[in-house]
Amino acid sequence: MKKIIISIIALVVLLSTTQAQKIKGSDTVLPLAQKEAELFMMKNKSARITVTGGGSGVGISSLIDNTTDIAMSSRKMKLSEKMKANASGSTAQEIVIALDALAVIVHPANKVSKLTREQLEGIYTGKIKNWNEVGGDNMTIVVYGRESSSGTYDFFKEHVLDNKNYAASILSMPATGAIVQSVSQTKGAIGYVGLAYIEKNVKAVSVSFDLGKTFVKPSFANAKNKTYPIVRPLFFYHMSTTANLVKPFINFVLSKEGQAIVLAEGYITIK
Amino acid sequence: MKKIFEKVIEGILMLSGTVTTLTVLLIIFFLFKEGIGLFGKSPTEEGFTVAVNRENPVNELSTDQIKNIFDQNIHNWNEVGGNNDSIILFRMDDLFNYYTEEELAGIDTNMNLLTSKIDEVIDKNKGIIAFISSKEIPQNPNSKLIHIKAIGLGSFFGGKEWFPTAQPVAQFGVYPLLMGTLWVSLLAILIALPFGLATAVYMAEIASPGVRSVLKPVIELLAGIPSVVYGFFGLIVVVPLVQQIFALPVGETGLTGSIILAIMALPTIITVAEDAIRGTPRSVKEASLALGASQWQTIYRITIPYASSGITAAVILGIGRAIGETMAVLMVTGNAAVVPHSILEPMRTIPATIAAELGEAAKGSLHYDALFALGCILFIITMIVNLTVQMISGKRTRNKLR
Repeated sequence: MKKIIISIIALVVLLSTTQAQKIKGSDTVLPLAQKEAELFMMKNKSARITVTGGGSGVGISSLIDNTTDIAMSSRKMKLSEKMKANASGSTAQEIVIALDALAVIVHPANKVSKLTREQLEGIYTGKIKNWNEVGGDNMTIVVYGRESSSGTYDFFKEHVLDNKNYAASILSMPATGAIVQSVSQTKGAIGYVGLAYIEKNVKAVSVSFDLGKTFVKPSFANAKNKTYPIVRPLFFYHMSTTANLVKPFINFVLSKEGQAIVLAEGYITIK
Repeated sequence: MKKIFEKVIEGILMLSGTVTTLTVLLIIFFLFKEGIGLFGKSPTEEGFTVAVNRENPVNELSTDQIKNIFDQNIHNWNEVGGNNDSIILFRMDDLFNYYTEEELAGIDTNMNLLTSKIDEVIDKNKGIIAFISSKEIPQNPNSKLIHIKAIGLGSFFGGKEWFPTAQPVAQFGVYPLLMGTLWVSLLAILIALPFGLATAVYMAEIASPGVRSVLKPVIELLAGIPSVVYGFFGLIVVVPLVQQIFALPVGETGLTGSIILAIMALPTIITVAEDAIRGTPRSVKEASLALGASQWQTIYRITIPYASSGITAAVILGIGRAIGETMAVLMVTGNAAVVPHSILEPMRTIPATIAAELGEAAKGSLHYDALFALGCILFIITMIVNLTVQMISGKRTRNKLR
């Protein structure tokens, strides 16, 4: 019994003296940040990092409330959020840690292999309802998307739909894996997923953001050389006052070793 | 000594009864308190507002109009009762399209600069509609606030659009969700009831003890399977099946959800109904048989009416399971928030909506209140079902047995 008490006290003392930092936010960044934190803690025995999800908005509002040291985000901080954060006197710092590309997928038997942004907008806002309107067979389009809690939902809306609302008839899925599963077994389906989720039983379509002049296939190479248009940066945000506390970890993520994990987790490195 | 002991036991029973009742009442109170908070609020996000140029004659817009304006379905002010002037959309982050980064340097700390720049933009563009933080407004001489209708009971129950996170105005129309829930659970109970009751009668009256001793644990095992597993089973097996059989473009439909729900409600219905049927006294059954009734006549005229209150309980529990089930339905019904026209369309149910969205809704926000209001609706539906079934079965028992 005594031994337990002593070890608990020792643990508490140890914990309070080591550098503890909290990371919170985007569920897209979560698996990456967890892997990075694990390796960082293995290399630095004194470091303690806790990583939790909740969504980009949750992470940023926690940063503003000072309940987290680093906010993970799959979108840029909004002007209104920046104003709130800066109200305390110190400024929010932005670091891009990786890139993530979104791919539009269809059933492998679908004839359509390329779409323009305008066509995607039409499909997702419910104006285009049949594949023959975009050069495919006469088949109803079944549109899959994510639930509104997802950062991917917001990014796709802002970037591809020009901030218009999704059609109400979209089938919303609780996870990216479910979108892949459904698209692979539904002939007329279309969905959006992270690049890392593309499998053999679905087909990724090429997209054009310049009114159909050039179509680019989603791939790591095209995302890296910036020809593929639906790429989003993934961010870490921290306040300038905590720079000393969080710098070692952020530097580790940006280092060669950290970026190797980025690649291994299916994201795109920044350099 | 014995008396004191009995008194103590009595006290404990009374106390636990009171505590349980109070807890249930408190939960209901909490549910309704949070849910009612939705009504009478403006549908814009707190701290934000919609403004137009001072000279614009439009003073009031409905949520539908604002949504259509920001979705670029309405392009001209004369469509909403204004001048013949095309509509220019403006969000806070659009400021960078009007000014260079240098002109806006330090804007995130300098409130006055932000206010004056926004005001300048609104002044220059007569057809602008701006979605901005409400802090800037009082000092803006050139802009005018648009009055947006508050959320009322009519738009909540009658609204056909569920866009809880839409900006600038959120839309909370529960009609499609309500219909989705009713369709899916009604069909589920229609499928589950005949099968469930038949199995219960078979197990209680007809099956040999050997068969029964195998069947009963297997059926009870069904009740212990987590709902996610049912959902996954539905997604992999039932969804493609429904799609092929009915030649549909998509297999995630209300029917798929109903089938999964029916399977999930079966163990509850069978177990409870079977116990009720077995509770019929042997003497009553033997009296019937002695009068020359066949076994089927005895089951139909004596056993089932005698057990009807227990069977009612089974039905209520089954319906409760069907209406309240979340995860399995979330995975197989497709969750499209549209008013259903047939059972072979994707639907979105109330529990699935709460489960999918509560995680992102900030406490105290409009969205959070709306989800609690959905919870209240679910509660009221279940209560109505319970009361109706109890009333009907109460009448039945009196007619048949006395």
